[in-house]
Amino acid sequence: MRYLTARKRAEGKGAAGTGTEHFWYMKMSGVGLAIITPVFLVAFGRALGGDRAEVLDAFSHPAMAILTGLVIFFGLRHYAGGAQTMIEDYAHGMTRRALIIGVTVLSYGMIATGLFALAKIAL
Amino acid sequence: MAETDLARTEQVERPLSPHLQIYRPQLTSITSILTRITGNALIVAALLIVWWLLAASTSDAYFAMANAVLTSWFGDLVMTLSLWAIWYHYLAGLRHFYFDAGKGLDIPTAEKLGWGCIIGSVVLTVITLFLV
Repeated sequence: MRYLTARKRAEGKGAAGTGTEHFWYMKMSGVGLAIITPVFLVAFGRALGGDRAEVLDAFSHPAMAILTGLVIFFGLRHYAGGAQTMIEDYAHGMTRRALIIGVTVLSYGMIATGLFALAKIAL
Repeated sequence: MAETDLARTEQVERPLSPHLQIYRPQLTSITSILTRITGNALIVAALLIVWWLLAASTSDAYFAMANAVLTSWFGDLVMTLSLWAIWYHYLAGLRHFYFDAGKGLDIPTAEKLGWGCIIGSVVLTVITLFLV
């Protein structure tokens, strides 16, 4: 038995059940992405269009590999969070749950694939 | 009699509210929905880039195929539109931080910020294209 009143347990959790966690994650990842994305856009744009040797050379640089890894991880987590908000606005019941599971699986699958490719290139 | 009147009332076709044929879209609502559209549409570019990286890490033949898709005219179109989408989403996100602070919520300011997102995203897209 926890010495908490029902009100204390409910406080701050709201309709989502997780309180402001989702909202805060979107803000936090948004700030982080705002810092790294402009650098990535230029670095990626310069790498795109080269032959395979040039591309492997560009992405095997530690700074480029770390930057791309961060953009892939936080970009896709941020995507999953945003897509979930959209799904929660337009879909209901089982469809909602299935779609949320779908975008979560998709985003983690893409993160794993992207990081695997980066590791293979850079290491 | 009252019952038939009620039944008849139910069959009358009434316009939906807001009635789409006379609904005038506002800059604030358009710039808001564009944030969602651009953010979600960026999954296409993300899929292409992750696939391209996987192909680069795998073999010459696989890279040649993925690279041909990304650097084709269609690939260029998708990448350029995605570049605009990411800059738009970026500026709209910054606007949301400003809104979250409780600022810029009056209509004239919100509309100016909306134009800022639209014009700014095009300018930043062109600058990025010059840099790469």
